[in-house]
Amino acid sequence: MLRAEKIGKTYGGVTALDGVDFDVRAGAVNVLIGENGAGKSTLMKILAGVEQPTSGRLLLDGQPVRFASVREAAKAGVGIVFQELNLCPNLTVTQNIFLGREPTRLGATDHAVENARARAVLARLAHGIDPDAPVGDLRVGEQQIVEIAKALVEDARVLILDEPTSALSAAEVEVLFGVIGELKRAGVAVIYISHRLEELMRIGDYVTVLRDGRLIASEPASKVSVAWIIDKMLGDKARQRPRGGTRQAGAVVLSARDIALPRRGGGFLVDHVSADFRAGEVTAVYGLLGSGRTELLESLCGARNAGGTVILNGEDVSALSLAERCRKRLRFVPEDRQRDGLFHNLSVGGNLGLSSLLGFLRGGRISEGKERSTIADMMARLGVKSAGVEAAIGSLSGGNQQKVVIGRGLMTGPLVMLLDEPSRGVDIGARGEVFDTMRALADQGLAVVFATSDLLEAQAVADRVLVLAAGRLTADLTIEQATEAALVTASNAVPPPVLFRETAA
Amino acid sequence: MATEATSSTGPGVVAVLLKLRALIALAVVVAFFSAAAPNFLSASNFLIMFKHVAITAILAIGMTYVILTGGIDLSVGSIAGLAGMVAGALILNGVTLQPLGVVVYPSVPVVIALVLVLGGIAGLFNGVLVARFRIAPFIATLGVLYVARGAAMLLSNGATFPNLVGRPDLGNEGFPLLGSASILGLPVTVILLAVIALVAAFVAKDTPFGRWVYAIGGNERAAMLSGVRVERVKVAVYVISGVCAALVGLIVSSELVAAHPASGETFELSAIAAVVLGGASLSGGRGTVGGALIGACVIGVLGDGLVMMGVSEFWQMVIKGLVIIAAVVLDQLQGRLTASGRA
Repeated sequence: MLRAEKIGKTYGGVTALDGVDFDVRAGAVNVLIGENGAGKSTLMKILAGVEQPTSGRLLLDGQPVRFASVREAAKAGVGIVFQELNLCPNLTVTQNIFLGREPTRLGATDHAVENARARAVLARLAHGIDPDAPVGDLRVGEQQIVEIAKALVEDARVLILDEPTSALSAAEVEVLFGVIGELKRAGVAVIYISHRLEELMRIGDYVTVLRDGRLIASEPASKVSVAWIIDKMLGDKARQRPRGGTRQAGAVVLSARDIALPRRGGGFLVDHVSADFRAGEVTAVYGLLGSGRTELLESLCGARNAGGTVILNGEDVSALSLAERCRKRLRFVPEDRQRDGLFHNLSVGGNLGLSSLLGFLRGGRISEGKERSTIADMMARLGVKSAGVEAAIGSLSGGNQQKVVIGRGLMTGPLVMLLDEPSRGVDIGARGEVFDTMRALADQGLAVVFATSDLLEAQAVADRVLVLAAGRLTADLTIEQATEAALVTASNAVPPPVLFRETAA
Repeated sequence: MATEATSSTGPGVVAVLLKLRALIALAVVVAFFSAAAPNFLSASNFLIMFKHVAITAILAIGMTYVILTGGIDLSVGSIAGLAGMVAGALILNGVTLQPLGVVVYPSVPVVIALVLVLGGIAGLFNGVLVARFRIAPFIATLGVLYVARGAAMLLSNGATFPNLVGRPDLGNEGFPLLGSASILGLPVTVILLAVIALVAAFVAKDTPFGRWVYAIGGNERAAMLSGVRVERVKVAVYVISGVCAALVGLIVSSELVAAHPASGETFELSAIAAVVLGGASLSGGRGTVGGALIGACVIGVLGDGLVMMGVSEFWQMVIKGLVIIAAVVLDQLQGRLTASGRA
């Protein structure tokens, strides 16, 4: 239905796509997979009219087409859900869903039609989000639902989903897959990008693999296996990540007592949680959407004003601000990299070095040589792939951006690293690297704590897993105890609270 | 539910009071001057005040759109000054059609239309600089501020165009009516303000265009990726602001029956202050036309009331400044209250 022929794209001197052919079949789920920076997102942006190809052409129903803007692509029936959330926080859910395609009557926005259709599409996604709530008040997972709803109201013929499930719970993913099935039967061509291989195997009809901007393979899903995908994706880079035996954990460096964070409208987001975190240990905080895993980390680092006591290295830091806790060598890496983690106006080096500028001072001014060499070391250590220290942060892929944010924290020599969903928007290959880095940090004597909603991730990386359910700590398991069954049971031990504000009616 | 309702009463009331702060400020100011200044609370005084308010309010309404997109328009005062001067020149000197050597004197409605178009063109210039050439709105409109003011001076070499009553034999009488006439006891300027405010509020709230304006201020990239023609919308808001400025220039010169090239200086600051007092965020995405209107009333009433009390001009400036700062501090408080989940 939609065909990309010999698509090439270069940014400055960097080749992102190199003569890629991609066929999108109607009534099927066309899976696109590849490592970090393989060019998946770039290809999707070209299909959706966000970017223009440097070479090659697009064919829609056999006719050559050019999409100069998202608007033109949408007119031709190509809709997209972006990997990074693109919503207006000041507008309501309904207003965001219809942004750019408001139904009108006599020139005025038709609120009745709009509200009815918004409710219908949210119901289709089986979601209780209040259509009149400002999007800025929603959690990341809920915002992702809104993004999907936005694409659904368009009745697109080609629907691109770029990692739509990265912030969704298992139940929400099931609903989304149901909707994708419906769309497929209605003849819609779905393009699906994800790093979760089991998802791809489940819903994919055709699998296309990209590597380093080149098309590596394209096969019907019936002929491929997980092993085949990993092999094609990584090429000769394929390797097994060794997992060592049990490690000896060190002394308690971070201790939380009775952390309580009230929820608006009653109840608790974090419900009196107490836990100890040890040096040399990687601890996963596992929980479903709304379990309070993010909120717990944010309370520990001082981003939220929670009740309870936080003891860092024997010192009570409960009353200290986030900046003061940073100075005491407690670092936090936020979940929403784009909004909370990156300075889009600064270069890669500027982003990395920002927290440790005082260390670069020589005679009262920032010594460029010292800064450059330290930053170059850190980039090499983390394996950041970029055009150099001066490269724009926006030119990096999601995984490399994540490494930059982690690196910024690392450069300050922390005792404790708190990472919120460190693998969000990062592909498998680079995830391994991110996790290896976390492991290495723990081996160097840091306490590493990360929040995740991915069961396998918790099992694969952590020495110890804390499980949260509805704000309460329901299990504290060593890795040997943390079986799939144990984790699932614990994460459902407390019935989920009503997540969303009740509608006025 | 019942226990929750009572527990949230305290902060809830505070939140509501903060939301209505512009209106409360207006009530406080009016109540204060009613007690402190004799004759303040009279119908005639209110009509006069409304005419003053209209000038700031019309500018503030145009400015609201610009600020909602995250921009700012510093050129409105100068555009108003230029508009008045062009109207004066057209009425006194007419237009010389070069090849024929004939001087044509356009009638007053034509003058008004031409001047409004001029304001639109000045706004278009701002908008193209900001949207297409991506110049920071502060700088682009600062440049236009100087250009328009200089052009106004050039028209008369800095002199005033006096006595803009027109001549019966030229068929261009009636210009002063815009600023002085009344319909059913209401000054024309006040009626104009009411119509503009209603239309502007409707457009902001109930049309796709209005929604795009809010969206751009909230997240410009998201708006672009949603298919909103961001550049066009941005140009349009500056055109709206320019037309509003030209209208204000016409009203001022009509009220004075004269056009002075320095008229309109610092008007842009009152307009911005009014928008901010009305609860708009200078970073865009938040604010309403109604809020700007109330903000303009606060500034207008404060100014007139202080004059009636005989407070010196210097103290008036100090007091206005303090009121604006207080408004922004309250705005921050509301923001914090919202963030802590109690709005």
